[in-house]
Amino acid sequence: MKDRSMKEKIMYIYNKAGVFIILLLMMVILTILTNTFLTGNNLINIVRQVTFWAIIGLGALVTLIGGDFDLSPGSVVGLVSVLSAMTIQTSVGNSLAMPILTTLAIGAAVGFVNGGLIDYLRMPAFIATLGTQLLLRGLALYISNGRPVSNLDSKFTYLGGGSIGVIPVPVIILVILSAFTWYLLKYTRLGRHIYAIGGNAQAAVVSGVNVKAVKLFTYVYAGIMAAIAGMLLTARVASGQPGLGESFEMKAISGCVIGGVSLSGGIGSVYSLICGILVIGVLNNGMDLMNISGYMQQIAEGLILILAVLLDVFRSRTSK
Amino acid sequence: MNSVPLLQMEHIRKVFPGVVALDDVSLTIKEGTVHALMGENGAGKSTLMKILTGVYQRTEGTIKWQGQDLDTSSITHVLHSGITMIFQELNPIKTMKVCENIYVGREPYKIKGLMLDRRKIVEDTRALFSDLDITDIDPNEEMGNLTVAKMQMVEIAKAISYNAKLIIMDEPTSAISEKECRHLFSMVNQLKSRGIAFIFITHKMDEVFQISDEITIMRDGTYVGTYDAEKITHDELVKLMVGREITDMFPKEEAEITDVKLEVSGLNVDGVLKDISFKVHKGEILGFAGLMGAGRTEVMEALFGIRRASSGTVKIDGKEVRIHSPKDAIKHKIAFLTEDRRTTGCFLPLSVRDNIMVCSYNQISNKMKKISVGKEKKVCSRQIEKYAIKTPGPEQVIGNLSGGNQQKVLISRWLLTNPEIIILDEPTRGIDVGSKSEIHKMISRLAQQGVAVVMISSELPEILGMSDRIMVMYEGRITGEVSREEASQELIMRYASDLTDGQAGKGIGK
Repeated sequence: MKDRSMKEKIMYIYNKAGVFIILLLMMVILTILTNTFLTGNNLINIVRQVTFWAIIGLGALVTLIGGDFDLSPGSVVGLVSVLSAMTIQTSVGNSLAMPILTTLAIGAAVGFVNGGLIDYLRMPAFIATLGTQLLLRGLALYISNGRPVSNLDSKFTYLGGGSIGVIPVPVIILVILSAFTWYLLKYTRLGRHIYAIGGNAQAAVVSGVNVKAVKLFTYVYAGIMAAIAGMLLTARVASGQPGLGESFEMKAISGCVIGGVSLSGGIGSVYSLICGILVIGVLNNGMDLMNISGYMQQIAEGLILILAVLLDVFRSRTSK
Repeated sequence: MNSVPLLQMEHIRKVFPGVVALDDVSLTIKEGTVHALMGENGAGKSTLMKILTGVYQRTEGTIKWQGQDLDTSSITHVLHSGITMIFQELNPIKTMKVCENIYVGREPYKIKGLMLDRRKIVEDTRALFSDLDITDIDPNEEMGNLTVAKMQMVEIAKAISYNAKLIIMDEPTSAISEKECRHLFSMVNQLKSRGIAFIFITHKMDEVFQISDEITIMRDGTYVGTYDAEKITHDELVKLMVGREITDMFPKEEAEITDVKLEVSGLNVDGVLKDISFKVHKGEILGFAGLMGAGRTEVMEALFGIRRASSGTVKIDGKEVRIHSPKDAIKHKIAFLTEDRRTTGCFLPLSVRDNIMVCSYNQISNKMKKISVGKEKKVCSRQIEKYAIKTPGPEQVIGNLSGGNQQKVLISRWLLTNPEIIILDEPTRGIDVGSKSEIHKMISRLAQQGVAVVMISSELPEILGMSDRIMVMYEGRITGEVSREEASQELIMRYASDLTDGQAGKGIGK
């Protein structure tokens, strides 16, 4: 591999450590520019903020590696928010079992619908999940009549607002889910098969992989991750809100792509997702600290996403 | 009219990086004749036509068109000079109307650039059709609704509307019925009388004699000769097409052939395969020969559960088995090295390790289904060493390896599953000579270990050198079975073109 061109060398280094370097660079710049960035409080703030995106991102990661993507998670958050809030209010003795079960059931059900539409009815993923996105958001608004569901039990809100030591509960849950996803992708046959179908679905069929079942799993996984994020976020804001989580799926997908997950499938890891999500979190936080307007922030985020996709296109071109 | 020929291609040479695709090929086409271009797969027919039509640029040689040098630097330029090629896979815009397809890219306008003259498009198409005696196609019909034969008619009409003097057709009759074929030929004959010349690339012998005036034969990228269709016989043609000596490049090592391992009988796939039956023994290499599109790959896909068979039974070790998916097939210890490395073989963005392991994760998992990364590394390194795969390491992305090494990765993937039956579809296509002979040695060794091997190959020397027995296919049927002793290039070509006129061998004639 001595005769690599300059361009390929840069791509190689970027693929290996790129996001991490960018992340560090951003942090150094922000530390110099502001005097509030590198404080314990602020860092915890960033982590709290990105946690929910990252949990959704774990699902997005799995679907992206499998070669497709899912636009419905943001609305899953909304629906779960309304329903988990309602169930905790009606649950006997304020037990957490009902809201948790409801959450997981909604996530799995949405995953089955998405996967069914795409896998078995052969709809393009983009349109199918855009459809469920609209549908679920509408459902959340309809069920709640557009109003927040408040007065939630403190046992429930602890899930989102509480901490163990200095570490917030959602962060602990993120760490557990990340570890689980990492294990799934690296140490199980199912995980390896997800890479295989994303790498080349036709070759996967020939290699005896049950492509439909594996793909369905990726959607169910994405649905459940989004639902968990929805429940934790509801607990954090202490009310069930039908509008919650809007455009979170874009944050999750951007995080993946910035971190180096390929949009064409087969490439990606939990590490790349976490790095990518942190880049978005630090960027948002930095702009907040520097008093850049929210409108401007959205523009910046859009630009970053385009840049990341451009890099991905570039990468898949050099690898061929 | 013994004047200048319509087209004169002389001493054409084409070099692709590392390969000489054409060497000193000449072709002369006279006005108003039909010229058949024949040769085995890979003889260079398509390359020659691509050079003529400006798809490829020649390395050496001259092309004269009506006595003048022809500028083949662009496809459009060649098209406007009066040369049109109609491809095997027709590529019309199926969602547009017939008339729009004909005038696409040169639509007449009422107001230039603003308002299309729709009526003129339809009228011009009508006039064109009536001139060509095409009565059964409505210019307003959507292209996608037409049959392949009718689309072909439209393509010819389109060519005529470009004032084509030479129309090249690649396998024009491969996808149309006999009746449609007669219709096509009568149209060709009619156009011939107007001075339009045709080049037919075809494998079908009887058609060649029916329609063509002259025949040019190519072999291995070289020019063999041009013959008068009335003065040459089938047999002579076949001989000229293969006529090379077999070198002992493909040494099959001796292996003991024992019991029947796999028996396929009466396999049918609607519209594709008809009544396919064959047996493979342990330790035997069964070759599948035939021209492209004869249905060999389809047989294997049906056997492996990729393609649904409408009827037929498969027996392994004498017991009937049902295979509905590749998963089932793998369970029955069948392996299938597919024809197209890039689309159905390699996981291009993934590592060599992932590509080797994909079918064998069970072997390296513990009872809890956890994959042992250590074991995985060990197995991978062993495979890489055993099959002499040249890679910087198991983590290398497979897309960065050479074709030969990719193929070795795929073979090592399948052999890791310990198959008892292995299907190899064109195992050495597009592979350098070194890797090729390594792969042949591997195949020999497999047979020696008692594996039943089925090998499809379009290279006759490979088929002849490696196989113990050869099945020959033509248009979805098995037309002949040839033993190693009686096998010759001529005999196989004869079956592969379905010429079974009283020749030796156990041919299942029409």
